[in-house]
Amino acid sequence: MRTRTALAVAAAAIVALTAGCSSGGTGGGNGGGQADAPVSLKFLSLAWQKESIAANKQIVDEWNKANPAIKVEYVQGSWDNVNDQLVTSFEAGDPPDVIHDDSPALAGFASRGYLMDLSGKLPADLRSDIPQPAWDTVTFGDGKGGQGVYGVPFLQESQVIIANKKLLDAAKVRIPTSEEPWTWDEFAAISKKLTKDGTFGVAWPLKSPVNKVLNLGLNFGGTFFQTDGTKATVKVGPEEREVLQRIHDQLYKDRSADPSALGMGTADPLPGFYGGKYALLPAGVYLRQQVVEQAPSGFEWITIPPLKGTTSEQGATSQTLSVAADSKYPDQATKFISFFLNSANQAKLAKGDWLLPTSTKAASDPSMTTGENGWDVATASAKNLVVAPYLRVNGFDEWKSKVATPTLQQYFANKITLDQAAKTLVDEGNKVLERYNK
Amino acid sequence: MRRPLQYLALLGYVIFLAFPLVWLLSTALKTSQEMASLTPTWIPRHPVPSNFAAAFTEQDIVGSALRSLVVAVASSLLTVVLALPAAYAMARYRSLVNRVAVGWVLVSQVFPFILIIIPLFMVLRRLDLVNTLPGLTIVHVTFTLPFALWMLQGYVRSVPRELEEAAAVDGAGRVRALVKVVAPLLAPGVVATALFAFISSWNEFLFALVVLKDPDVATLPLTLVKFTGAEGVVRLGPLAAASLLATIPSLVFFAIIQRRLRSGLMTGAVKG
Repeated sequence: MRTRTALAVAAAAIVALTAGCSSGGTGGGNGGGQADAPVSLKFLSLAWQKESIAANKQIVDEWNKANPAIKVEYVQGSWDNVNDQLVTSFEAGDPPDVIHDDSPALAGFASRGYLMDLSGKLPADLRSDIPQPAWDTVTFGDGKGGQGVYGVPFLQESQVIIANKKLLDAAKVRIPTSEEPWTWDEFAAISKKLTKDGTFGVAWPLKSPVNKVLNLGLNFGGTFFQTDGTKATVKVGPEEREVLQRIHDQLYKDRSADPSALGMGTADPLPGFYGGKYALLPAGVYLRQQVVEQAPSGFEWITIPPLKGTTSEQGATSQTLSVAADSKYPDQATKFISFFLNSANQAKLAKGDWLLPTSTKAASDPSMTTGENGWDVATASAKNLVVAPYLRVNGFDEWKSKVATPTLQQYFANKITLDQAAKTLVDEGNKVLERYNK
Repeated sequence: MRRPLQYLALLGYVIFLAFPLVWLLSTALKTSQEMASLTPTWIPRHPVPSNFAAAFTEQDIVGSALRSLVVAVASSLLTVVLALPAAYAMARYRSLVNRVAVGWVLVSQVFPFILIIIPLFMVLRRLDLVNTLPGLTIVHVTFTLPFALWMLQGYVRSVPRELEEAAAVDGAGRVRALVKVVAPLLAPGVVATALFAFISSWNEFLFALVVLKDPDVATLPLTLVKFTGAEGVVRLGPLAAASLLATIPSLVFFAIIQRRLRSGLMTGAVKG
């Protein structure tokens, strides 16, 4: 009997312990660090391309050699899960000192006090080297009514078109330049002309349509959001409908876009592009790297500048470096960022990631202006970038995942009309935003 | 007539199961150009080892695999050692305490893992176990233990109580009856539970991501994800090569114990 009771109690204790641990618990803790020299900083980098990792490591090595008192440890993270990783680190008070992320993520982190405000802490030459539109992508409310700069923007992406040169030459179409880009009307006409013999003029990979459509929407002044003081609401008027309608027309009216590409991710149409199934591929500038790496020998391609509607403006976000508010060495971390993002280093980083540097000096580096692999066109497209209007909308992420993504997918799949899509985006969207506006 | 159809169905099932692995191998041996071909091939036209070379040289695949192995083996051993006596007591002794405990185990499974990450992290930090393999092992044991308890409980129930009574009649004490009579009969269940714990730990990503901060303690899933980029773009060749290597320990472990596992699963399924 005694054995039986003891066993039952032991079992219950283990079970309770297990379940108790499973369901959580609380604990405190302090940073536990030491301020002894040399200072050690953790730098969470999201570089993942081979060349980009090499560039990051090289710059960190250079820093460590020149600054033995401030040792930087390079830690490679992943875009896929960085925000999960960061939220837990922030909440637990143990974040990396220097954080690579993108500007949409910074807004939320800044308002919760996770990031240090860098206003007035960065050297003047770095501040003046990066144009104001880029700084706008990292300027957010601090959650207490003030504004701050919560990162240094260093890489941006514009939407260009990657084109099969042989097909363009065969169709005898005008090759646009950065000074004289294609208009959307011209793009539609050329796509129709290129659609023949099993080739579609264009492939729109719109598995994740929201950011792409919203960024391009600015071509016609479409902002998709309006603010009344501090309150944001969704707006789908004539300006916002332009790009939506034009893509839809290519799919179902002109039939110059392949509907089977709709469900694809950005890089998925590339095999079809190399195989001559698609002549034009609207994509971010970084996709050029995949083309260079994968295209069969003899495949000729060019980079077409951003399209023009009423303007060539596109919404942009930035990749950023920030300092954690909980960092024990904020001054050293800021100093490291200032070195890491000087113009020479920005050129290396941009080249490694096939993106656009925010530094104006880096953008004039010969490696950024060469005609090889479309760098001249890509770099010139940076002048069209303005801060994406959705960047300052509280609740954008939820609107995007719960309302905009499914609605736009249905619209582009021709299951609902533009009026229905617009109504859902506004009505359902405003219900979501209302919770954030309170 | 039925037999050929059965074999055909079996063949189809085997192909279905083997397809991902064969495709992984094929991809790992292809060039970037061939991977992006509009007409995919099963057998690479020009097989290259460069993806394996990239996997090994660009990331610490071997080191992280060894660390994953240490954590997975330790987790499975600890899980079994902790779950076995508790499962025996849960199956054999019915009391209010036991019923409450069982209910608590079930309730704990309802919580999404993401909810418990931060509290767990804080507990580990207090114990100075963040960024350590023992810390991750404890976390893995914590989340596999409830299900392991359920699994083992079924196996214990399938062992007839009369066998223990017969051993007692023959003069064996409780401990001896457990060790000599019950334990050998539970071996298949223990193996199945250990395998479950091993594979859960080997594949686990989210807790490892949070607990392990430094590259020199990263486990294999954390290393594999470094070949992925933004917007679903990945470095498919090195990722396929590294993933193929990552499946090998699980396959070896499974091959070694699969006969015992099979009988273990049947025991639990039929009589649990």
